[in-house]
Amino acid sequence: MKRNTSLAARLSSSPYIVWMIIFIIFPLAVVAYYAFTDASGNFTLYNISILSRYTDTFLRSIWFGAIATLICLIISYPLAYIISQITENKQRTIIMLVMLPMWMNFLLRTYSWMLILEDTGIINSWLVKAGLEPFRMINTSSAVILGMVYNYLPYMILPLYSIMSRMDKSVIEAAKDLGGNNATVIKKVVFPLSMPGVISGVTMVFVPSVSTFYISQKLGGGKFTLIGDVIEMQFQTSYNYNLGAAISLVLMVLILGCLFFMNKFADDEEGGILV
Amino acid sequence: MKKLFSVLIAIVMVCLMSISAFSMDESAYKDTGLSGTTLNVYNWGEYISDGAEGSLNVNKRFEELTGIKVNYTNYDSNEDMYGKLKSGGASYDIIIPSDYMIQRLIREDMLLKIDFANVPNYKLIDEKYKGLFYDKKNEYTVPYAVGMVGLIYNTKMVDKAPTSWNAMWDKKYTGKILTFNNSRDAFAISQFLLGQDVNSTDEKDWYAALDKLKEQKPLIKSYVMDDVFNIMERNGAAMAPYYAGDFLTMKENNPDLAFVYPKEGTNAFVDCVCIPSTCQNKVAAELYINFLLEPEIALANAETIRYASPNTEVRKMDQYSLKDNEIIYPKDVKVYENVQYFENLPQETLSLITNLWDELKIEGTSNTNIYIGAGVAVVAIVGYAIYKAVKKKKIENA
Amino acid sequence: MNKIKTSSKIYMAIIILFLYAPILVLVFYSFNEANSTSVFTGFSLKWYGELMKDTDTIQALKNTLILAVTSSILATILGTAAAVGINAMRSKPIKTTVLTATNIPMMNPDIVTGVSMMLLFVFLARLVGVTGVLGFSTLLIAHITFNLPYVILSVLPKFKQMDKHLSEAAQDLGCTPVQAFFHVILPSIMPGVFTGFIMSFTLSLDDFVISYFTSGPEFQTLPIRIFSMTKKRVTPDIYALSTILFVVILILLLLINVSQKRGENKKKVKKEI
Repeated sequence: MKRNTSLAARLSSSPYIVWMIIFIIFPLAVVAYYAFTDASGNFTLYNISILSRYTDTFLRSIWFGAIATLICLIISYPLAYIISQITENKQRTIIMLVMLPMWMNFLLRTYSWMLILEDTGIINSWLVKAGLEPFRMINTSSAVILGMVYNYLPYMILPLYSIMSRMDKSVIEAAKDLGGNNATVIKKVVFPLSMPGVISGVTMVFVPSVSTFYISQKLGGGKFTLIGDVIEMQFQTSYNYNLGAAISLVLMVLILGCLFFMNKFADDEEGGILV
Repeated sequence: MKKLFSVLIAIVMVCLMSISAFSMDESAYKDTGLSGTTLNVYNWGEYISDGAEGSLNVNKRFEELTGIKVNYTNYDSNEDMYGKLKSGGASYDIIIPSDYMIQRLIREDMLLKIDFANVPNYKLIDEKYKGLFYDKKNEYTVPYAVGMVGLIYNTKMVDKAPTSWNAMWDKKYTGKILTFNNSRDAFAISQFLLGQDVNSTDEKDWYAALDKLKEQKPLIKSYVMDDVFNIMERNGAAMAPYYAGDFLTMKENNPDLAFVYPKEGTNAFVDCVCIPSTCQNKVAAELYINFLLEPEIALANAETIRYASPNTEVRKMDQYSLKDNEIIYPKDVKVYENVQYFENLPQETLSLITNLWDELKIEGTSNTNIYIGAGVAVVAIVGYAIYKAVKKKKIENA
Repeated sequence: MNKIKTSSKIYMAIIILFLYAPILVLVFYSFNEANSTSVFTGFSLKWYGELMKDTDTIQALKNTLILAVTSSILATILGTAAAVGINAMRSKPIKTTVLTATNIPMMNPDIVTGVSMMLLFVFLARLVGVTGVLGFSTLLIAHITFNLPYVILSVLPKFKQMDKHLSEAAQDLGCTPVQAFFHVILPSIMPGVFTGFIMSFTLSLDDFVISYFTSGPEFQTLPIRIFSMTKKRVTPDIYALSTILFVVILILLLLINVSQKRGENKKKVKKEI
């Protein structure tokens, strides 16, 4: 490698590194600072110790997030496979159709679900017209999970599709030639090969689902307080920055922990996650 | 001919009179030298005449007259507004808090004294709203709207008209009851039921109120503030406590709604315009306050938000459609018997309320399921890890 | 085999319908005469008219576009430079550290990123004694920060796909290193740069949580405005707005799709020649 290019090239990342230190690393230090101090700036472990009060909320958020992620995975896996099998041109169109809702404002789409699921909303008014009993859909935990699944489904479909469309079809054919039936082929060949996509998709759905606050407020009616709601309350309503920072810190550690654990399952050594 | 002429004169005179009642001295607002500056106004949602459905757009009118750009943002509770102010992240020039929050802001030196020489229209405020408990010397506030909390209910969704706050604990209406999404208002309802003083500093009182609220939580459809409009108008709930003026707005869109001041008593409040200490443009702020007091503007606001107006001119106007409205200007003396105003509470009580409110909100319904699910998940993951490790060993040994 | 079973087709159709249901509801009710979502009283364009009069929303839309364009351009430039640098790094530990740190804003929940940036700004502002620090600049910084990882992770893989010796060959033929970069390397990584730019733009447009914590009263973005609107009574002019956005984005995506197809057809023709 020519020395000249290397030097100039290496230096070109220095503005970014400075930026990164100031705006990514330092804020986390500030969060830790707030987490471990009280309102007057004295060091205290009070905020951390009070977190035991929120164990229920943490568990509930992780539980909801996990269910939503699982549902997304189950729905998307066959879909991604189907899309990767159709003709090239049609693939692009379908993927575009899948991506388009992502560009629409997420608040409005969630709000729209309120209109659909309301006790006097669209689905229930159809049921009433058909002579059936309306039933409670909004302000339930299912509504919140539905909201999560709906909003983050494309984030699961796209990485899965990306991996599957690049899968070497000859490997699958070889497996079939060697005598494997469809089930074995999927279990031993397709699934392991699609792992990076699965990891990617699970990450991109689990993280926002666990930490959402808008979905739980709108579709849960404020009855299913998730950890995102608690953090938002500390900063907007209760004006308790220290507690809010402590909860954020723990949430971050928790999620990074889950992701690290998940990555151990994948044998990918790449630093890049984008598929 | 003569008759027609006199009728014409009468019409012209009436027009002239109404114009004079309406016309403000615009010269006070033009050429102030403030054109091009900005004013950050922080107000409740749905709390100003904003041009919707043909009404006057107050902020736009102000901008046109003075050239000052108005940045108008909303909050939906006093506590939210306080948090934003305290953090210092954003600087506002005008805020419109409620009485008890004003007390707190004054105590914490977060308000500026108003120079009333710049607000000559202050004389239009009714005397009975001056010198009140939160600002006895009238240095920091100009009343904006007056109101009371009551219970809104849907006549088609309840068996009989409620008269007591107890209706909100009636299991018959499970899943059809809304309540306030802010601590003071929500606690106050159970405090009235328990016969307490809403400004009690006794811990036991607040814990008792919390228990009542926890009892209520499974029956609640949703904790709301301004979303209540959409839900009640669409027959989404049987009842909701809210402010009297807002009920009138909802009733316009859903005639099945009715209102009652429950017999245990209710909260009355005065919202005032104030200037926070972060104000960057005080003269413009005082100009804006004076503008809000102009009869034409105050009338537009009173008609839109439908709360009781503290402006004497507005109360006199015949065009004021709510002039004798029973709901916002109740004549029944009994309504006022158990009315209580919120006052600012000492810091320990405030912290207690915050903690109790937190506790109420995070309380969940399906606790056992979650613990079971978590347990199963942990077992599954550990089992899988062991399985993989054993497999690896087998391959290595083979 | 390119044929798919009908059951697969139906499955696809159901999912797509699920994805579009709420959007179609909004579109449908934007044409409603009455201010209601339970009764459709008649076809009317009046909410589109009201939307045009709603200066606050239009201003918020403009703000969002300005913010998205600015932050994505800046993030793309900064990020591409960073990718070049990271790619040229020789020390493995430093490279891994930088890459891990780059992943942080992506892996972190939005709320933690938003909160951490807000605390940073408030903290620094308190040290300097300034109030009202949250505004356009803080918002811009926050947006650039969360866009950067996506740019870097879009561009970086392109270096691996590129022929390393092209740059050397160009310099052998007489280019200066800088010229080699612009004429040889940049075109090869361009697809990654472009993807990064598009991703940044999209993320910026729709970002709500991070903007919610780092913005001030003077500069409202569209998602924040919609948030405060959905907190109170929602007037159908929002539905009109979302319909317009939907149509615009649909047209954009169609155009991109068509131009990509044309590009591919050109390649096919070239191959055959």
